Amino acid sequence: MADNRHPPVTDFATDFDHTDPTWVNNPFPIWDELRATCPIAHSDRYGGTWLPVTHEHVSAIAYDTENFTSRAVVVSEVRPGPMDLPAPIGVAPPITSDPPFHAMARRLLLPAFAPRKVDALEPFTRQLCNDLLDALEGKDIVDAAVEYAQHIPLRVIAKMLGFPAEDADYFRHVIHLILEEGITVTEDDDERLVEGQALDAYFDNQIADHVANPRDDLTTFLLEAEPDGNKLMHEHVRGTMLLILVAGIDTTWSAIGSALWHLAHNPEDLKRLAAEPDLMPFAIEEMLRAYAPVTMARLVAQDVEIGGCPMKEGDWVLLPFPAANRDPEFFDRADEVIIDREENRHAAFGLGIHRCLGSNLARMELRVAVEEWVKRFPNFELADPSAVTWAAGQVRGPRSIPVRLPG
Amino acid sequence: MRVHVDAEKCQGHNRCYSLAPELFDVDDLGNAVELNDGNVPEGLEHKARLAVANCPEYAITITE
Ligand code: SF4
Repeated sequence: MADNRHPPVTDFATDFDHTDPTWVNNPFPIWDELRATCPIAHSDRYGGTWLPVTHEHVSAIAYDTENFTSRAVVVSEVRPGPMDLPAPIGVAPPITSDPPFHAMARRLLLPAFAPRKVDALEPFTRQLCNDLLDALEGKDIVDAAVEYAQHIPLRVIAKMLGFPAEDADYFRHVIHLILEEGITVTEDDDERLVEGQALDAYFDNQIADHVANPRDDLTTFLLEAEPDGNKLMHEHVRGTMLLILVAGIDTTWSAIGSALWHLAHNPEDLKRLAAEPDLMPFAIEEMLRAYAPVTMARLVAQDVEIGGCPMKEGDWVLLPFPAANRDPEFFDRADEVIIDREENRHAAFGLGIHRCLGSNLARMELRVAVEEWVKRFPNFELADPSAVTWAAGQVRGPRSIPVRLPG
Repeated sequence: MRVHVDAEKCQGHNRCYSLAPELFDVDDLGNAVELNDGNVPEGLEHKARLAVANCPEYAITITE
């Protein structure tokens, strides 16, 4: 709902807002129109924000870590002040870090998300999907987003970090607060402070528990790591836990949801996928291209001109990888979902040094979730298209998908 | 035919490795390296071209 801080948008070229209901429900026509008329839009909202929509501009900015900083990657009314975040580390390293600290923080985490580590989690994920599917058997109408998609990354991430599976509801709450901050922040800062302290206390408890009982998980790994001969600072460990929770759950939930939503109203694609499982890797990449969940953001680090637009230090820049993925200059038939598309250099996981750290994990979860669902329900369908709702903010995916299961 | 991964450009998307594990391997950091000195065995040319066409960072090149 638009409140008085977010009046409805009437012109996306001069006054866009990525939380506007029109954008949330269907952003593609907005980007198509801008690409044809005004490929870098500007809005005074959030204190000044730019919006490039072509693959060329989105990738140029993603590669330019000198003129654009990642100190803040979620557009909000509040910009980080010089004292707020210890640059170049940022609150959630390495996503909020710039070079050269970025490389150290990232190198530390990469092995935990490398293909072989991720392969080891596949049997757990497959079992989890089947347990969730078992619970849906015999029902007529189920919500594929709420009863299936969202549980998968919540449980996988909890397992990786070694946090109790029962805390999933709390993680969901925290993620909502952070990711939809742009819309939910009120002037009531006390409340945010209390939430922040509660989360720090939660992490502190988990850390204390892992110090007392070290085990084979990411938390123990972070506590024992000595990337430069010293243990990580406590804030670095907490910041990385925060990053993994926030970046690893909503995003993958959204990707799984979008894929199931697509199959629920494109019976030809569903039929083909059920009959030709070899197509799955291509279909998964095509879903990632067409329904990329994540739009990142940068702050302009120093005045710079991109595509003739004068960007000023401190301006926000939205980096809509989903819009780059629909650029007809870069992709053939960009607006169509072609599940056997063979050439697909999509940017769903970003480009350049901030390439999504968890891309191998996300891809595995998405593939296993779709494979198991299609195996179990090879002819499900959307029960009520008008009841599908979409998340607002920089992570886009369906939050409710009522589907009818074959009886 | 030979394939080559430019280590400077590779950001570890691992598209090449999942499409053509016969031609590429990944290290612990997820960065790709070509196997077998980059020589593409007969019959795998299509896979080599697929890897090139799916690397988002344009890190892979083919020499015939
Ligand atoms: S697809 Fe490209 S970026 Fe990804 S691992 Fe292979 S060479 Fe590196």
